[in-house]
Amino acid sequence: MDSNSLFYSLELVAGSGNTLNVEKRTALQTSLVILKKNYKFHRVLFWGKILGLKEDYFIAQGRGEDEMKDKKTLYSFNCMDWMLLAPATDSVIEEVSKTAKGSFVGDPSYVYEHVEIHRPGGRDDAIQEEVVTKVNEESRLAVTVHQIDEEASVVPRGAYLKSPHGLVQINRSFGGLSHSEAGKLDNFLHFSKAKNLKKKSILEMGDLNPAIDFLDVLSDDIPKGEGSWSLQLECASRVLVLRSLLWPGLTFFHLPTTPQHGHIYIGDGRKNLDLPFMI
Amino acid sequence: MESTDGNDAKSEQRLKSAAVLKSFMLKSSTESKLNLYDHLSRVLMKVMDEHPDNAVDVIEDVSREVKRGLFEDKQSTLRDLPQTTAAELLAEQQRLLFSRPEEADQEEELMDTPLPNVSEVAFYLEQAGVGLGREEMQRVFLALKQLVESQGLPRCRLWGKILGTESSYIVAEAEYREGEEEEESTEEAAEDEERDVEKEINPLPQSAYRPPPTVPKEALGTGANKFAFYVCKEPGLPWVKLPSVSPAQITGARQIRKFFTGTLDTPIVSYPPFPGNEANYLRAQIARISAGTQVSPQGFYQAGEEEGDEEDEAPRDSFEVNPDFEGVPVAEMAESLSTWVHHVQHILQQGCCTWVNLAVKPEDDSNEEGEGEEKEEEPDEPEPEVGPPLLTPLSQDAEMLNIPPWTSKMSSVLTSQHALAVLRSNLWPGAYSYASGKKFENIYVGWGLKYSGEGFSQAVPPLPQKEYPSGPEITEALDPSVEEEQVLKEALEEEQAAQEEKDDTDDPEEEDDDD
Repeated sequence: MDSNSLFYSLELVAGSGNTLNVEKRTALQTSLVILKKNYKFHRVLFWGKILGLKEDYFIAQGRGEDEMKDKKTLYSFNCMDWMLLAPATDSVIEEVSKTAKGSFVGDPSYVYEHVEIHRPGGRDDAIQEEVVTKVNEESRLAVTVHQIDEEASVVPRGAYLKSPHGLVQINRSFGGLSHSEAGKLDNFLHFSKAKNLKKKSILEMGDLNPAIDFLDVLSDDIPKGEGSWSLQLECASRVLVLRSLLWPGLTFFHLPTTPQHGHIYIGDGRKNLDLPFMI
Repeated sequence: MESTDGNDAKSEQRLKSAAVLKSFMLKSSTESKLNLYDHLSRVLMKVMDEHPDNAVDVIEDVSREVKRGLFEDKQSTLRDLPQTTAAELLAEQQRLLFSRPEEADQEEELMDTPLPNVSEVAFYLEQAGVGLGREEMQRVFLALKQLVESQGLPRCRLWGKILGTESSYIVAEAEYREGEEEEESTEEAAEDEERDVEKEINPLPQSAYRPPPTVPKEALGTGANKFAFYVCKEPGLPWVKLPSVSPAQITGARQIRKFFTGTLDTPIVSYPPFPGNEANYLRAQIARISAGTQVSPQGFYQAGEEEGDEEDEAPRDSFEVNPDFEGVPVAEMAESLSTWVHHVQHILQQGCCTWVNLAVKPEDDSNEEGEGEEKEEEPDEPEPEVGPPLLTPLSQDAEMLNIPPWTSKMSSVLTSQHALAVLRSNLWPGAYSYASGKKFENIYVGWGLKYSGEGFSQAVPPLPQKEYPSGPEITEALDPSVEEEQVLKEALEEEQAAQEEKDDTDDPEEEDDDD
């Protein structure tokens, strides 16, 4: 969620149970402003908190000219000293998904190991090679943040525009979704590179506006039919809250008829692979 | 004559030109759909009604007013129908939360109230980083006050919030009123009475299956049913009491993993089939979470004084507030886990808190199978299950799935003199406790599910059972071959011949050997 709106938006997502205490909030407000100046970001977001066994990571994200591509992620333990996370590449993602299991420990230099035994040639008595993949927790953190952004970041339809040059920017004249629109899951879009757009039929594409509808709709997520999202009204039914069931801890809020929206992740950074059993 | 004709002709001409002018005036303008005739008649009627001073000077203004008046009329035929939003509906219901009864005496409120100090608890929870947001907590506490007043509960506290896919539950824990008894309305223990078998000619084979004896529900006020739980969807909506929990439901809940939907009567579709609907599943999870994560500083509670001889097997059930508790310094509480103790009884494998010996039952069974919950089939005493006794410190909690069961920290590093010690459970994500001096509180806000490690694998259905025990009457035997039959026949004939000789042939019957 945007650092400018941090002081009131935390109340709106507190329905999921986790908030920040006053000390952390004030520390964040100060340090995020300094961060924005130092890194020359256009916008700084407080991305969320990943809970570890010993320590918790606070994550912030800075956005540049293009909202989707110019992203930098930083982490901190005390909301004051921020360290940059390396962007996640495909090879790192693969390594991490093989090795890292269990909860986050809280120590960025902790090393996860995974030993695989290869038998080249397929014969029984062949030489066994042990392939050891090591990944440290910092890369696991980067990969987790990247995955959550890919799969679970939400924006309301109309909040971002894609210019003909391909730049994705905030829509300054976004007035918010109306009450009836906000109740439908297909007015919310994933904020990541669209994968399903090409599969839509021409009939569906006719209604869409290419400047606004360049992202995937949430209702296309598998399991279908609102299986992996929970849409609720909170705070005396004034705020619309979307919670992800695939990444429990991700909460998106939107006040209908106002342009206020944002999402935050507070959780242990593990994907809920048991989702098909649970719904 | 001519003059009248002439007059007639002139008046006729005048009439004609008047008619032409009138029809010209009646022509609607292409731009505004008005016509001059109607407009002028309206203007003159207005002047007639109002009699303005210096009418000739203000006639243009009057004309403009009339035109403007017409336009407003046209636009107001369509109005926005204000739709009642969900917020408005809820706000109506939540108004009641804020009404204060007039007859409440000041004195009554100063005595021991069943509610804890709500603002203080909300403040501490916010320091710990947990909670529902300030306004929401305030609404929840007002709803709790409403619950206490409407139900007359001796004591009540906020247990927490369980999130669901369509809506969430706010859960309150309360002590039972004295003399409350079990309601039998929604019991599912329908006795299996087999219907009268009318076919005496060919009675259907009776199955020899006797279901294993169920562990009985614990009485209200003991064990897992020590407290009553009330839930509501939003503060201001009416509270619903959850049914008490049975051990079968607890064991069932241990084996499945499901999200809550938010409506209490949804059936739980799962394998193994859960005995009950969502209300029972919710109650079972609440019981498990309470047993696993409700903790207090050591020394706050002490063992109750009604203990006579402490047997090894009877777990302590009661505890009282220790009047001499001084409070442990916060730094110590955040450092070591042995300063915290559980104050809710552990739930055994069986599903209840005091172990029930099922092997005593075989006297009722006609089969004398004596099935206990254990593996022994003979009516030996099964091993009694023992859980850790009440008030055991957390440092003795077993580590499960390679993670330490608790994470503790101080709520603030910068102002540690006034910080709280915060404890977070890793086995039940969402369970938090804080302590500061003599004050402590537990709360759970989460999805109601236990940490499952790598993945949840559903229980596999058991192997198909044999339909009938195999015995000699149904086992196939090989048919004898012709030689064997011949041999048998000759042997039988020899026997008969021998018998006939013995009997001194009184019977003239010949025996037929039918092969």
